[in-house]
Amino acid sequence: MTVTVAWYMTLAAGLFSMGAAGVLLRRNALVMFMSVELMLNSVNLTFVAAARELGLVEGQVAALFVMVVAAAEVTIGLAILVAVFRRRATANVDELSALKG
Amino acid sequence: MVETVVFVVFAIAAVVGAVAMLAARNPVFSAMGLLLTMFSMAVFYLLLDAQFVAAVQVIIYAGAVMTLFLFVIMLIGVDRREDLGEQIPFQRPVTFVLAAGLFAVIVAAGSSAWVTGSAAFGDPNMNGTIESVGRELFGGWMIPFLATVFLLTIAAVGTVALAQFGPGGLRLAPRGEDEESEA
Amino acid sequence: MIDSLWLVIAFPLAGAALLVFFGKRIGEPASGWIASAAIIASFVFAVPLVIPFVSGTAHPETVLVYRWIPVIGANVSLLWDPLSALMVMVVTGVGSLIHLYSIGYMHGDERYGRFFAYLNLFAASMLILVLADNFALMFVGWELVGLSSYLLISFWFTKPSAAAAGKKAFVVNRIGDWGFLVAVMLIFAAFGTVDFGVVFAEAPVVLTTAMATAITLLLFVGAAGKSAQIPLYVWLPDAMEGPTPVSALIHAATMVTAGVYMIARTAALFELAPASSGVVATVGALTALLAATIAIGQRDIKRVLAYSTISQLGYMVLAVGVTAYTAGMFHLMTHAFFKALLFLGAGSVIHAMANEQNMDKMGGLRRAMPWTFGTMVVAWLAISGVFPFSGFWSKDEILASTFAQGGFYYLLFAIGLLTAVLTAFYMTRLMVLTFWGAPRWDDGVQPSESPGIMVVPLVVLAVLSAVGGFINTPWRLGLESFLEPSFEAVTQAHPSSDLTAWVLVFGSVTIAIIGIAWGWARYRRDELPAETGGYWDAALAGYHVDDAYGRLIVAPGLAVASWSARIFDLRVVDGLVNGLGIAVRSFATSLRPVQSGYVRSYGLGIAFGALGLIVYLLIAGGAF
Repeated sequence: MTVTVAWYMTLAAGLFSMGAAGVLLRRNALVMFMSVELMLNSVNLTFVAAARELGLVEGQVAALFVMVVAAAEVTIGLAILVAVFRRRATANVDELSALKG
Repeated sequence: MVETVVFVVFAIAAVVGAVAMLAARNPVFSAMGLLLTMFSMAVFYLLLDAQFVAAVQVIIYAGAVMTLFLFVIMLIGVDRREDLGEQIPFQRPVTFVLAAGLFAVIVAAGSSAWVTGSAAFGDPNMNGTIESVGRELFGGWMIPFLATVFLLTIAAVGTVALAQFGPGGLRLAPRGEDEESEA
Repeated sequence: MIDSLWLVIAFPLAGAALLVFFGKRIGEPASGWIASAAIIASFVFAVPLVIPFVSGTAHPETVLVYRWIPVIGANVSLLWDPLSALMVMVVTGVGSLIHLYSIGYMHGDERYGRFFAYLNLFAASMLILVLADNFALMFVGWELVGLSSYLLISFWFTKPSAAAAGKKAFVVNRIGDWGFLVAVMLIFAAFGTVDFGVVFAEAPVVLTTAMATAITLLLFVGAAGKSAQIPLYVWLPDAMEGPTPVSALIHAATMVTAGVYMIARTAALFELAPASSGVVATVGALTALLAATIAIGQRDIKRVLAYSTISQLGYMVLAVGVTAYTAGMFHLMTHAFFKALLFLGAGSVIHAMANEQNMDKMGGLRRAMPWTFGTMVVAWLAISGVFPFSGFWSKDEILASTFAQGGFYYLLFAIGLLTAVLTAFYMTRLMVLTFWGAPRWDDGVQPSESPGIMVVPLVVLAVLSAVGGFINTPWRLGLESFLEPSFEAVTQAHPSSDLTAWVLVFGSVTIAIIGIAWGWARYRRDELPAETGGYWDAALAGYHVDDAYGRLIVAPGLAVASWSARIFDLRVVDGLVNGLGIAVRSFATSLRPVQSGYVRSYGLGIAFGALGLIVYLLIAGGAF
């Protein structure tokens, strides 16, 4: 049984939904971030698999761009998290509910 | 044959890493799990003829991003255990439903004509060497590349700015002056 | 010359404007002289324009001053024909005399300048009314005289009764105005214009009898309000709260005659609705009788004269009701003379008696105030209808014209005759109680003759009351021929000129003498009859008509207003508005829990939204 692109896609889909579940389930801000990273990774896998399938290099280029943006986002996000933690001494997002209606 | 075995092994590794990330109470363990998943991703990229992307994955993601995560975990000292309870009602069941639904939808979408039906119109001899990726990147995708340059610059500047927020609020004066005035 | 006719209105209007702004600075008596000069100027200006009508060499003309709303025929344009000329002469002539009198009467009042400003305003308004050549402009004048009347009645507004009287006059007048306005609307609906010329010329063709009856009855409602006929006369006795010159000018000589003038002016319309004329005549006669019976029981000298005015207005309305327009206008003119004289004389008496108006506290004034006494005797004889004073000629013509109609009008004639007896009686009562007998004055009251500026107008009016009647005797119908051009298209009633006429003349003179003799016998004694109980109390209270109006109309009105303000406005309207606010707020409050503040809940929402969107796009794209 050969590994078709569908296997990669399915795996990516599974990791993506697991990442989504992680964002919504975990209260620790850092773990939420990591879940987002997982989602981005699964998308990268999809891009590269599609590039393989279609014979285009653009897919890999896209994966590179996703990585760059993900890196930048992590940088800023963690800086924000650190600033919040300095003020509030908590990384539990449920406690950051001052915008409650 | 080899490919199949490698795929299966590292697929299981990836899933295990993901589940570990989700389920671990200690954030350090979550980071470790994610690291495992990322290494598996790199292997997949190699299987898919994307050598450059695989290298970048290891260097950037596993090397820089995850290290950054671990640094921050250590810095703000949240390596304590998180409690298990869920406050928001129905969050867990609904999330499971959502995740399952998302998975189903994507797989269903994937099995339709959109993704697999179209004929390959690219180059069957495509490879992911640095040369070919470089040609593509600096060829048609120059402007997005430059945009990412800006993006990273702004991210760096922003991070430095965010570091100015101390426990008592914004701390604009450099530390040296504070010490001078105190002396 | 005729093109500058608008100056007649402009003089008093300018005077009013000047005195409103600078009256206080100009001070007395200069403001009085300025105001008098304005109205005398109008009189003098108008005289040369009247002469051609006297000699019969002029035709009615219209003078366009300003194109206001040409589309409906409402321009500021003035109609100069014998009828309006007569009214202008009366208004400016008698008005001038009253202005001069007021210079002396209002001496010492702190709002002297303002008084003359209002008097001039009134004069200008009345002139607009009588000179208008279309219903719209006439209504402008109509409303302005109402306003001036209000301002002048409540001139001493710090007195609550004066302020209330002003309000009452205005409100009751308003009811009449409503009738007038609806009539004008109907006229516009029927003719498409409000211009007199067009309306009167086309009336026979355009109007059905029903329409004409409706219009004329509504016009009469307006006239009843202005001219104090049943049931809208109740404001006139209360209007005596105003200074006496005001009572003389507005509520005797001019404003109250506006209704009569209006009916005479719209004679062409009344001709098409004989039923309305009948109603007008009946109401006039009844009002005359009713007011006369009330006048007998009044103790305040001005109130007697007020009810007397209502009664005499009844005569005029009776006259125009039997289509004897000349007779009506004749009586309007003579009444202006002797009633103004009576009021001014009463003012002179009140002035001398230190503002005492109750006849119980008067008596024996003929020696103290000879000029006032003498002139008032002339007025008394004139109003009683004694030959050869003016009142005799005009009243007799009215009665004779009524009699000549026959049938139902015999009854109205009888009512008029009875009223004449009562008129003579109560006027005699007034004169005897005031001028004859032993003085019943309060301590410290020392009446003396009024200053010259007040006496001269009295004398002038006395002369006019004495000889004014000769312009229209059965042997020389001077006024009738004068007014001929105005009433060309209308058939007028005339007294019969045969034996019946002489019998009626003899009869009315006898009636007058009977009334005077009766009054003289009853009151010219040492012991005045006590007038209390039963009839006297009822008459004194005006048969409690005011109370009835209060209970039937005012009280329900106030109840509705109170309900509207306190219940409807507060609960329903405010409730609605507040309720809307409350509803919005409660809806918002019920939606607030959605904003839980938890990022993860928001995330869940977003994820579901995204999922839904993906599914939709896939279905729309045909993936399934």
